[in-house]
Order: sequence, then C-alpha cells, then structure tokens
Amino acid sequence: MAALLESLLLGRIYESQNFPFKFSKEEFVPFVLNFLWDQSSQALTHGPTTPAKTPSTSRSRRSAQRPSLGDFMTSPPEAQPLRTAAQRPQEEWGVWWVCVRPSDGNSRCCDGGRRSRGVGRNEPVATKPSRRINPTPVSAERPNSKPKSCFTSTALSLPSSPPTRPESAGAKLTAGSPLSLQEERELLRRERSELAQQTSSPLKTTSAIRTPTKTVHRQGSKVTPDLQSPCPDPDKVTQKSELDLLAELYCTCISENLVPCVFLELFFMLQLLTSRGVSVSESLTWETDCVYFSVRVLENQLVSHLDKCTLRLLSENERVGTFSSSLRDRLAQAQDSCTAKVSVIPFQPATDNRTNFSSDRAFHTFKKQRDMFYGLLREWEDSHKEPGWDFEAALGSRVRTMVSQLTAAGSHSHFAGLFQKQLIQMCKGPCVLGSSNNAPDADLLGMLGADSLGRLKHLQQCLVQPQGLFGPCPPPSFPGHQEFFKHFLQTASCCQLNQHLKDGLCQQLLKLDEVSILAPDASPALGEETGDGDMEQQVRKQRFSTVLLTARLLAQFLSFISFLPYQTTELPSRDIQDAAITLRSKSSPVLDVCAVLRSSVHRRRTILTVHWMVEFLSMLDYAGPFLSCYRTALCLLLQIYKMVLGRGGELCYMNQLLMVAVLGWLFQIPIFPEDLFFSTDLKEEVKELEDITSSQGLDTFPLVDQQLLYTCCPYLGEFRKLLAAFVAGSTSKSGGLIRKITPTSAPVNSRSFWPCRPCAFFHNQPPSLRRTVEFVAERISSNCVKHIKSVSHHLVSFFFFLHVNPCKSIKMFSSFHIFLTLCVVGLCLCWSS
Amino acid sequence: MMDSVSSSSATVADKSVKRMQICRAEYRVIGRFVEQLRPTRQCMKTLQTQFPHLPPSTLLSIFSQEYQKRMKRSMARHHAPDVIKEYYQRYRSEAKTRPAAPLLLELANQVDLSPALLARLIVECFLEERQASVGASRHVLNNMLREPYLIPDLLLAKHVEQCTVNDCCYGPLVDCIKHAIGLEHEDLLRDKLRETHLSFLDENQLRAKGYDKTPDIILEVPIAVDGHIVHWIESKASFGDDHSHHTYLNEQFWSYCNRFGPGLVIYWYGFVSELDCQRDRGILLRDGFPLDIVTLCQGPARGRV
Repeated sequence: MAALLESLLLGRIYESQNFPFKFSKEEFVPFVLNFLWDQSSQALTHGPTTPAKTPSTSRSRRSAQRPSLGDFMTSPPEAQPLRTAAQRPQEEWGVWWVCVRPSDGNSRCCDGGRRSRGVGRNEPVATKPSRRINPTPVSAERPNSKPKSCFTSTALSLPSSPPTRPESAGAKLTAGSPLSLQEERELLRRERSELAQQTSSPLKTTSAIRTPTKTVHRQGSKVTPDLQSPCPDPDKVTQKSELDLLAELYCTCISENLVPCVFLELFFMLQLLTSRGVSVSESLTWETDCVYFSVRVLENQLVSHLDKCTLRLLSENERVGTFSSSLRDRLAQAQDSCTAKVSVIPFQPATDNRTNFSSDRAFHTFKKQRDMFYGLLREWEDSHKEPGWDFEAALGSRVRTMVSQLTAAGSHSHFAGLFQKQLIQMCKGPCVLGSSNNAPDADLLGMLGADSLGRLKHLQQCLVQPQGLFGPCPPPSFPGHQEFFKHFLQTASCCQLNQHLKDGLCQQLLKLDEVSILAPDASPALGEETGDGDMEQQVRKQRFSTVLLTARLLAQFLSFISFLPYQTTELPSRDIQDAAITLRSKSSPVLDVCAVLRSSVHRRRTILTVHWMVEFLSMLDYAGPFLSCYRTALCLLLQIYKMVLGRGGELCYMNQLLMVAVLGWLFQIPIFPEDLFFSTDLKEEVKELEDITSSQGLDTFPLVDQQLLYTCCPYLGEFRKLLAAFVAGSTSKSGGLIRKITPTSAPVNSRSFWPCRPCAFFHNQPPSLRRTVEFVAERISSNCVKHIKSVSHHLVSFFFFLHVNPCKSIKMFSSFHIFLTLCVVGLCLCWSS
Repeated sequence: MMDSVSSSSATVADKSVKRMQICRAEYRVIGRFVEQLRPTRQCMKTLQTQFPHLPPSTLLSIFSQEYQKRMKRSMARHHAPDVIKEYYQRYRSEAKTRPAAPLLLELANQVDLSPALLARLIVECFLEERQASVGASRHVLNNMLREPYLIPDLLLAKHVEQCTVNDCCYGPLVDCIKHAIGLEHEDLLRDKLRETHLSFLDENQLRAKGYDKTPDIILEVPIAVDGHIVHWIESKASFGDDHSHHTYLNEQFWSYCNRFGPGLVIYWYGFVSELDCQRDRGILLRDGFPLDIVTLCQGPARGRV
C-alpha cells in the first residue's frame, strides 16, 4: 500500500489498470491518514496530539517510551487509562480510529472523570476488564458515528494520547522503503511485549504526583515553545507537487466521508498550520511543508465545518495570510453574523395592566420596580467587569430599597414573574433560530456582532475566566448574566421574593419536564419515522434544545434559592452535619426529585430530566447529599449512569454522550459524596429502572447536536481553547495561552439581522400569537410535505397520461397547476413565519 | 418662534433632509455664543447669521433650552424676596414717569431675566399688595398671565402682554406653541407611518389598554432602521442636548425600552450626535422620519416617503 502511495506521489500511476496491488478503500484510507500523521508528526512538537492517530501503526506506538512532548508537558490524569486502552495492539488494518467510536468515547470520558478523583480510586477502574476495545473494521457507511459525533468524542478524549513521532527517517516515504503488512504486524507484537514491561511504572508515578486537574492543565496549556521561529515562506516549499497531490487525496477522503471524524482532521490540519519545530534549523523545512499542506487542505475542504470563532482565529493567522490570501479573504467573508437580541420582557396589557394589581399603589410601584430592575441590570452590565467592582457596594443599597418597596406594595409575585422571565430570556443560552446547526454560538455571536450585550458577554468571558484551561470538571458556576441574578437574590435576601420565585420556578420546571417535544403527530408509526424529513427533525431538535436549556437554568436557580439558607462556606463538622440532617429530614423537599427521575426513566425522557436534575443537585449544600431524598436521587443517577454506559445502542449516540458528560461532571464536583460512587446498595433501584414500560420516548430520538452539547457542557470547549492557544501562540512572542481580544467594529448591515426578525416580531405580541403561528406553520409545512409527496406520485402518472392521452391530461394539468401553486404558497408561508 | 409654529409638515420634511446632528464641540460653540443673547427677535436674527448652516428652528430650540438652563441657574438670584421687591418698586416708580415705554421688557433686559418670568414676579407682587392678607392663588395668577386684561391695573396688563408676546422662551404663549408643535409632529409622525403602511398604536390607544408607560407610537409589527429593530417611536419636537436627553432617557426612553424592546426617538430639530450611543441598548436617535425603513415582509428596501 505504501508502495502504491509512493508510486502515486512519484507520478507513476496514471490509470487504474496499472494498479499493481489489489486492496480495498477501507484499507487505503486509514493508511493515507496514518501516513500523513507519521510524516507530519515531526513538526508537531507542540500541543496535545490527535488522539485517534495513536493506536495506528507500529511506528507511532513506540512513541510512548520516547522522550518527546511528554517530557515538558505532563499529560493530564485522564490520559492513563486511555492510553493503556489505546495501546492495546490491534492487528487489523483500518482499526486505527476505534478509539473515537462511540462506545469507547463514553467509557473514556467516564473513566477519565473517575480517575482524577484521588489516587485511591484509581485501582478498581484501571483493572476493570471491560475496557477491551474490539477492533472494528472500517466501513464507509459508519452508521453510528457521524462526523460531528466524532468531533465531540475527540474533544472529550483530547488530552488522552501521548505524542507521537516517527522513529526514524525510514518513515519518510520518498526515502525509505515501506514496511510490508507482515512486518508491521511483527512490530506490533514486539511492541506489545515491550509495553507490557514498561508502561506501568512511569505512568503510576506521574498520576501519583498529580492531584488537581487545574494545575496540570495549566502546565499543559503552555503549549507553544518560547521561541520565535522565522515565518515559513511559501516559496520555500520543497515538495510542492507531492504535497498538492497528497492534499487532493486527503480532501477527497474527507469529502467522500471516508474519514471517521472531520473535526479530527481539522484539528490535525490546525496543528500542522501552527506547528513549530523545536530547533529552528532542523524543522523549518518541515514546518513550511506542513503549513503548505495544511493551507492547501483548508483551502479546499474543511472551512465549511468550522465555527465562527475558529474562522476568525484562522483568518487572523499570519500563516494563512502568507500562504493563501484567497483563503484568508474567504474566511473573513464567512464571519458576518447576526445579532440584535431582544433582551427585555415586554409589557403585556393582559397580564400587566392595572386590573392585575390589587391597588393603584401596587401598580405604580411595580411600574417603578421594572425600571429600577432594568436600571440595575444595565449598570451591572456596564461596570461589573471593572476591577474592584463589587455588587454589594455598588448596587446593594438600591437592590434593598427596591425590594423593600416591593414588600410595602405587596407586588412580589409580579416581580418574581418578571425576574424569572428575564432570567430565562438572558441566560438560557443561544436563541436558536432556524437550523440549529447553523445558529452560531452565543459568545461567537456577540464577539462578532453589533450587539454590545453579546460583546460584553464575550469580553466578560475572556476577562473573568482565569486564563488557562480548567479541565473537564469545573465547579458549578453562574456564568454570564446569571451572575447578576444570583447576586441580586443574595443581596435582596427577601424571603417573600424567594418563595414566589421558588413557586414559579418549580411550576415552570415541572411543566417543561412534561412538555411534549416530539411533534404532535409523531406518535411514531415506524414507517412514518423513516420518511420523517430533515425538517421535522430540526424542529424537534430546536424545541428540545430550548426546553433543555431553559430547564437546566430553572433547575439551577431553583436549587440555588432552595439551598441558599443552608449554604456554608466551610464544610461543617460531622456532628453539625448530622444534626442538620436530622433536623431537615422531616420537612418536605422543594421537589420530589426521586419521583421525577423515576418517571423520566419510565417514560424514557432521561435525556431531558437527568440533565436538569444534575444541575439541580449540583447546587446542594454540604448536608444535602445526605438527606435521604437527595441521596436516593444521586444513587438513581449513578444507576442511570451505569445503565447508560451499559446500554450502548438504545440511546442515540449524542444523547448518550451528553448524559455521560453531565453525569460525569456531577460525580466529579466537590458536593458529590465520595463514598457514594462505589456503593452498591441500590440493586432494587436498578431492577426498577430496568423495567422500562414505555418503548418510545425522547431518549430514542436524536435530539442532541454538537452545538447543544457544547452549550450544555462548556467544559468540553477546552478543545477549542487549545486551538485558540495555538493560533494565539503562533503570533505572540511569549508563547503560552494568550487571549487575543480583537476590537470588532459594529458592522452596520441591515441584511445581517434578518434572521432575528421573527423573534422581534413576536416580542410585543401576546405569547398566544406566537404559539398560534408556530402551530399553523407546523401544520402547513407538514401538510405541504405530504402533498408534495402525493404530487410527485401524480406527476408520474400525469406524464404517463400525457404520453397516452394528451387531451385528458390537459384537464388534469390545470388542476395540477392550481395544486402546485397552493403548495408553493404554503411553503412560502412556512418560511416567512 | 411664530415662524416655526407655522411651519407646515412639508417644511419640516424638507428640513429633515438637511442634517441636523451637531457634534458636541459645535454644540458648545453655539452654547457659548448663546450665553450673551436675550430672548428677543433681534437676538434670534443674530444667532441665525452666526450659524447660517443650521435651520432656524434648531437654533431656536437650542437657544431656548440653553436659556432655560441659564434662568434656572439665576433663579435664586432673582427670586430673593428683597430682589423681587426692588424690581417691583423700580417698575412702579418708572410706570409713573413714562408709562408708555415697554418698562417690563427693559427691566428684564437690564437684569437678564426672562420677560415672562419677570412679568410673573411683578404680577405676583401686585396681587400680594392688593389683597395683603390672602396669598394670590396660583390659578388666578396663571389666568392673569394668560389673559392680561384680567389684571385690574390696565397699565400693568399692557406691560405684561408685551412681555408674554416678546419672550420666545417662557410664558403661556410659548407653552402653547410648544404644545402645538409637539402635537403637530406627533401627527406628522402618524401620517408618515400611514404613508409607509405601518400598523401602529398611538399613545391614546395604549393608555386605553392600560399600559403604564406610553410612547407616542408602538408599532404592531416591528421595523428595522439602519440594522436596528424598532418597536416604538417617540417624537420630540425639540433639539436633543445632553441635559434634555438624559432627562428623557431616565423618565421615558429607558422605560419604553424596558417594556417594549428597542425603539426610535425622533428629535425633529436635531440632536447632539454623540448622544446616539445607545443604539445597541435599544435607543436609536434620528432627526427626522427614517427613510431607510426595512419591514418584515418586504426585505431591505427604501421606505416610501
């Protein structure tokens, strides 16, 4: 195979009949990819390596023992179990990416989560026998792993792989003779025995030294060597024609969906683009070639898969500019964005006019409250990032004045309603419009757009977040505007307001938990399900993501308010805690978490319920997890976690991934009791849970996409941060993770905001109008699809008739024409709504 | 002043073509020049010759606002009881010697006080003097200023009328004019909206529905102006300077924003251009009816104005 590639590159093969070997696509593609990896890895001395490449060929496997990246970059704790898994020899061609396949992605992230939790716990996991990865033969169809899923699973396992470097120049294609398959297998075997002897000890020691993930990642994040190498020159590319050919080959692999994960390849390309040799003199040629290759591929292929943040980073990359100005221009063009957020809760006469208040005074007080509340919000937005700014000092007295006025007028419930709506409006995450795949992230939106709100949000993210990487399990937090609402509640500390809020949040949360996400007619007759178009799926996904994001926000705040009275900064002593538990065990909890969880399992809605439940439980106070109801809920979650892992095929892959991500996070944060994870006192619960009554539910539909996953689990975005670090590092002198904040001017472009207008249209209309329009739109679109289906049937028969009986068919044509017009009108209506 | 009152909607539309946004530096220049002026027709002419590139109505509006600020600053000085007494005594003594002269106007000029305000002080004193025991009711006083011939002293009545007519910043006449201009521009706005086929609710309809804050216009279907969504429109028949704009912001514009989302404020006589900095927060400023309206259904196109 290598010989084939070699001869191909040397221009010997022009026609297919000249093929000297017989082989399948399944074999060749992995070979090409591995070849690229091996060839280029010399230049990739910075940053984590692309994981999927690790278990590829014998040559790269050896790198585990070689002094390379690992010497100056401690690999994170997640790496250990994974590495052993990945190093398991695979004696088949084309198995190199098994580690990115869904099943493995799951086991990986959960194991990684567990491992970092203390040395004592490592043992049972590490020796768990179920970690065997079966080599999976490559198939071009890849039923389960779409590019996107691969992307996420790579992000999860990103820090997992050791760096690779080709053993010798023998790996160089043009110079060395490629190894035959047999030789490779032999090498693999030898490799395995070597590994068996060597791996354990160095790994163990590193994991013992290292405890907190954060510091480790800090070290790891300083990925760029501290030297300023000369910029590669496009004129100095040594093997232009070969590289061009290779790029074409590679692009074809990508465009034909022959690679398992597009984003993985992208990551690889970005690594190449930003690569830097350790020693300038040695690596400059390599670097130049790598950059050239990468730009060629980016030019041809991958750009459309990138999100806007990355696009921006890319377009600002000096190397992109040097090597291809057209690519840079295209990247710059691709960055237009849409903003204009509707950020206030509209006044609705039906609910907000005088008749809804007990007295004139209450009405007029609330009028002032609304303005005061938004005034506070604006001031917070303006100033909360200033150094030394303090919510209490700056706004504390005003908040309290406002709340005392509320108390005097008795309009708490109204304000609680406004507060809750505003909270949802500002914090539930991106307003998903249109296709959720194309909707840009909220932060990206803000970064590029004209809306200062969004810009502030992004800037805040840049500034408030400590520089560097957090690792995958940050403690629960109130990001962005949530911080305002949290501080407001803390400062107001008004029990009436809190009670009204609790009522409202709880009510809406449970309502959302029950809400029907599947379309009304998606009582899925199985035949229908297959014909179920893309559009319906999009609608479903969109609705789900809105519901999910809202629910998790509500759960977080409900939990925050409920446990606020019990929060202590210090871990209370055992005695105090026991007393608190006894005291609190008699009062009823704000939410019957166990019942909600159980019912969600039975109705197969865990993807929704588990997620917000995790948010809810993450805000528990120290004693909370020891109260029987919450403890049971945590145990239930544990069981679900294990079921999710075991179940595999039943859940949709991305759904499963999301659940595993959030559950793994919950089990990692400090509030989760350490002893609970290995407790096995819930056998009966398991049985109960396994006894699933409903066969159809949310869980079985593909509802989660990459964007939602990243929105819900921002800690997975560490992947992107690393990328940004590469790009930033390549232009900065000091290296390391540098946040480059580029001032963006507000593009005044009336076209750019069209997609947001429907949102604006509904703003001041009563909510019922929106529901009506959505319903009508949905019915029309659904009917249109059905009609068009039948039309296509008619069309066939029409042309048949035309053939046989022209006269008759004319009549038919007229009615057919009318019908088509109707269809078009209907479609237009759908789109315009 | 009268000129601007009689300005038909057509002339206003013409002016909106002329750019009436003034940068803060230029506004300061005008402000400094205006300091030495009195609220007389002559002074208005001077102002117009000084700044010929600006429409007279804009200059008048600027002057009026600056003058009001000036009056507020010197309020304490003029309203001290002994000062008022002195003004009254002076008027009385002058009225005996040369009753035909415009005494109050001259006095106002001398002490740099608005003639209408001076007239008010003098009438107040006059009433106090007549019915020493009972303090003159506000209502009676206002009526007398509005209708000078209700004042028992006919000479004083004549002098008061001179003040009211010749003061372009204060007084019942000016209040009337301002009110009328305000209404006229609201009407103009409604006409423009109808011309553009935009459906809207006006202030009165909103009040009837029980809205707690009512902008002049709420659009039933939002439009986009310059890439910004507009839900409501407020018409201000004045020049938007820092002081007035901030007052309006706190009392009206933010409240509208808090209820109806982003909106548009039209300062028909222009505004300090730096004030248009809250666009992203939902307050867009314009000095006329926007010509670049984009509606929901038609896509980006020119408004038909």
